[in-house]
Amino acid sequence: MSGNKEEVDPRINGIKTKIRVVPDFPKKGIMFQDITTVLLDPKAFKDTIDLFVERYRDKNISVVAEARGFLFGPPIALAIGAKFVPLRKPKKLPGETIFEEYELEYGNDRLEMHVGAVEAGDRALVVDDLIATGGTLCAAINLLERVGAEVVECACVIELPELKGRQKLKGKPLCMLVEYR
Amino acid sequence: MATEDGQDPRIPKIASSIRVIPDFPKPGIMFHDITTLLLDTEAFKDTIDLFVERYKGKGISVVAGVEARGFIFGPPIALAIGAKFVPMRKPKKLPGKVISEEYSLEYGTDKIEMHVGAVEPGERAIIIDDLIATGGTLSAAVRLLERVGVKIVECACVIELPECKGREKLGETPLFILISSA
Repeated sequence: MSGNKEEVDPRINGIKTKIRVVPDFPKKGIMFQDITTVLLDPKAFKDTIDLFVERYRDKNISVVAEARGFLFGPPIALAIGAKFVPLRKPKKLPGETIFEEYELEYGNDRLEMHVGAVEAGDRALVVDDLIATGGTLCAAINLLERVGAEVVECACVIELPELKGRQKLKGKPLCMLVEYR
Repeated sequence: MATEDGQDPRIPKIASSIRVIPDFPKPGIMFHDITTLLLDTEAFKDTIDLFVERYKGKGISVVAGVEARGFIFGPPIALAIGAKFVPMRKPKKLPGKVISEEYSLEYGTDKIEMHVGAVEPGERAIIIDDLIATGGTLSAAVRLLERVGVKIVECACVIELPECKGREKLGETPLFILISSA
């Protein structure tokens, strides 16, 4: 996976070729990384999940958190026996929440988490389909740390390295499968 | 909550893991919060297993999930039965070319969308959501897939609110649920 060029897993190229790049979405100049096409290929989707599960299954992860997309987190959580915690835009979660503000690539927003979902001492993995500026992931890390969880790693399918999101992760390691430059 | 198909011993635990929150998103609504189910690793696994056991080996090549909570249950089911997962989304979220279907709300209308080319005529599909109430969203999802020639084998939800009569909106399309909450 990331940073290990000599041993790139053979499944990764198959995943990369399934990602569809849509120019000028949601606005001009943005090359949108569409992962829905990965989901349409059962083997590519399974390989994506397997790559993460293989990495995390023996790391005693008790929480998998994912912001806004929930496509990759739940299957990983199920396979490694961890709780799944969705992090959502304001007003979607029905119970008592805490929130963290963050900047998007294109705008500002807030991320919310249910009070009580994560406990002090939980070991957490934060999953997202893509890391761009790192704003969302940073907000997720903050939410988890505020309730006393330890964020072990962030895991993304795609990284846009030129946007330097890695630097926003408060020192947490990032595992990614595919780079887009 | 009462349990549909009450013989399966996994269902009571799933039912008791779901939190009901009164007056959300507005007064009078008893909101069924499945996020607490997701915190119970055994209950979440059992939920997925119940659907997978039902749909595996039935020639289903498409699992469609309605945004956003359908995305939590749909992909694990799709992965386990070897089907593709197709997200059905609110307008302007999907980046590629889309087709859409309108449906009625209490006040006004909304739309769901799907990517053109995600599915092909003749494919066999199930549609997943966490809950069926009035059936507005699910019936729109059915219509959308049928328009492109897909056969809907069944709609599947964790929870049904039978008083909202969603089943009637689905017409001929069968509905499978784990828990009925009157």
